[in-house]
Amino acid sequence: MSLGRILALARKETIQIWRDPRSLAVVLLMPMMLMALLGYGIGLDQTNVPLCVYDREGSQLSQDLLKSFVSNRYFSLKLDAGNYPELIDAIDGGQCTVGVVIPLYFSKLLGAGQPATVQAIIDATDNNTANLIIGYTQAVVARFSAGVQLDYQQRNGPLLGAPALSVDARTWFNEDLESRNFIVPGVVALVMAVIGTFLTSLTIAREWERGTMEQLVSTPVTPLEIIAGKLIPYFVIGMADALSCAAISVWWFEVPLRGSYLLLFAASSIFLAGVLLLGFLISAYAKTQLAASQFALLTTFLPAFLLSGFAFPIDQMPMAVRMVTRIFPARYYVTALKGIFLKGAGIRPLATDMMAMAIFAIVVGAAAACCFRKRLD
Amino acid sequence: MFARIWQFVVKEFIQVWRDPRTRFSLIVPPIIQVIIFGYAANFDVHHVRTAVLDQDHSLESRELISRFVASGYFRIEDVLDHRAQIVDLIDRGQVTLAIDILPGFAERMRKRGEASVQVILDGTNSNTALIALGYINQIAQRYQQDYQRDFLNRIAPVAARRFPQVLLQERPWFNRNLEDRMFFVPGTIGSVMMVMVMTLTAFAIVREREIGTLEQIMVTPIRPVEFILGKTIPYMLIALFELAVISTVGVLWFEVPLRGSPVILLAASLLFIAGLLGTGLLISTMSNTQQQAMVVSFFFIQPAITLSGFGFPISSMPPVLQWLTYADPLRYYLVVLRSTFLKGVGLDLLWPQFAGMAIFAAVTLTAAALRFSKTLD
Repeated sequence: MSLGRILALARKETIQIWRDPRSLAVVLLMPMMLMALLGYGIGLDQTNVPLCVYDREGSQLSQDLLKSFVSNRYFSLKLDAGNYPELIDAIDGGQCTVGVVIPLYFSKLLGAGQPATVQAIIDATDNNTANLIIGYTQAVVARFSAGVQLDYQQRNGPLLGAPALSVDARTWFNEDLESRNFIVPGVVALVMAVIGTFLTSLTIAREWERGTMEQLVSTPVTPLEIIAGKLIPYFVIGMADALSCAAISVWWFEVPLRGSYLLLFAASSIFLAGVLLLGFLISAYAKTQLAASQFALLTTFLPAFLLSGFAFPIDQMPMAVRMVTRIFPARYYVTALKGIFLKGAGIRPLATDMMAMAIFAIVVGAAAACCFRKRLD
Repeated sequence: MFARIWQFVVKEFIQVWRDPRTRFSLIVPPIIQVIIFGYAANFDVHHVRTAVLDQDHSLESRELISRFVASGYFRIEDVLDHRAQIVDLIDRGQVTLAIDILPGFAERMRKRGEASVQVILDGTNSNTALIALGYINQIAQRYQQDYQRDFLNRIAPVAARRFPQVLLQERPWFNRNLEDRMFFVPGTIGSVMMVMVMTLTAFAIVREREIGTLEQIMVTPIRPVEFILGKTIPYMLIALFELAVISTVGVLWFEVPLRGSPVILLAASLLFIAGLLGTGLLISTMSNTQQQAMVVSFFFIQPAITLSGFGFPISSMPPVLQWLTYADPLRYYLVVLRSTFLKGVGLDLLWPQFAGMAIFAAVTLTAAALRFSKTLD
């Protein structure tokens, strides 16, 4: 292993990258684009849900209930339907996501001390949104119901007081439950996975395709030196991207970075080494750039997007899929990122994740060196 | 002219089919993607890992806890003895949620005072936290109402019969059990189609350029329009084949109902694929190397999926991004997919989506043809 040869190779690779400014620009702009898109584009919380109402009674009380829907920031009234088919059309056509129907005799029933049922029809095509809307609707109705009960008791003489049970919720790490704080740290992983594997696998596959790899092999460099020399420039690019991602999250999106920068740097470099080596392995295995890009897509982008816990919680996946997530390093990196950013976690709780990433890098690195040597023969 | 196009189509098919790895990548990765997307893309909140600290040890506190367990949303992982354990468990990410019932809870409930349950949530995943909090509030409210009802029944059975109450009856339409799969599987069909078609076509022309066969084609009497048609028709057929494969997996494996007409689905898919082919070819004509084509098409795919409403509701994006979504063909296609699969609505409601996709396809195909005739000169 000679440092001089590695550096020479790294220099050659840097010149090659430098010669294609368009790709370089794309690579350096990618973090910004992904950050802006995912940081702003992924909001899972809902406000101003389009609401349509059909008030079959039209009494003071029923209007009061509708008012408490509208005065709430979660709903915005789109349509006051005059009949049932109108309401159904609005939901079928997607103009409204939720339709509230107040029955006939609504205020009469309540006035007589009877329960009255309000119907909420929800477009559950997007069931996550539907779930949130059901929660909001229930909260509005429950509050209204409590008011009606209080009124009734005051009018009909002091009945017996009711206990008030409240939930005193404290949210840690992401106090305002901002989905941005939850999404943005994970984007770093997405960017690095894409850059790491896509770029390396394609550049090296290109050397094979064009036959320049044979020229390289005929020089005295050893396989390990080739791997190291080729990967150093991409490692630098990847770390630059990680840095700009972190800067955007902290300064632009104001995601708190509660942990140590050093730990962030360490976790990022271990992860980056792993994905770069994976890119090398793919390109050593796949013959063409087309095949390499397909493999890279399957083994890095999809796992980083779907199986990392970046947006979709891992503990809700079926057992078999959960086992699959353990193979890919993105999962550990996202855990580490969220821990460092939001929880301010130190090295101890993250040790297993770091270990897992390191093991991945070592295994893939060994496989890459092995595979590469075989191709040389 | 038709003969020339036909010859070209035959040539493309031979080219795609000759390489066993490409052949493999046409069939296996899409199926893997659908299955992984179908299982992993999931916002369901079930069995949230929960720790319980019951400092009251009363009938009431036990009843409340058993209601949490019975709801199915929470899984009790730990029963704790003192508060310090909560901090540790949540810090390490062992549990997402801790329920803390303070001493004197039953006393307060019995005296009709203000009782409260303390809940500590890990807000790192804001979506899970938000939905779990909704469930907790519902359970607490129901418990309080039942408690009051019981009490009245014992003390004053006559008065208990008169208890005004507004009940909410939720009707989630189109996805009665609020299953995430119903929402994500149709979306997956669109996303996987997009990834497949784009990566295939983005390489279509640039590969010929890199290998040098493009010059050979240029010296033949073929015209740009014929060239573009010859390039698109095979990929169109491949994409339709993919559609059939993934939809079959969706209907048979994930048991998503197909309530609408398959003809509408086919028509929409043709328009969508045409738009993708246009974009892919446009990228291909603009790139010098396959690596560039890959990077640029990734630059298109990632925003297109994020902004399509695939997993993240468009209505909660900022206005600028909402405008951008109108330029995203996947946005229109997903509406058609979900409406035909889940709602079964017809063309009378879906025509704006068709118009959107038709415009997109017309623009990109024309641009690709123009761009290509320019590169010929």
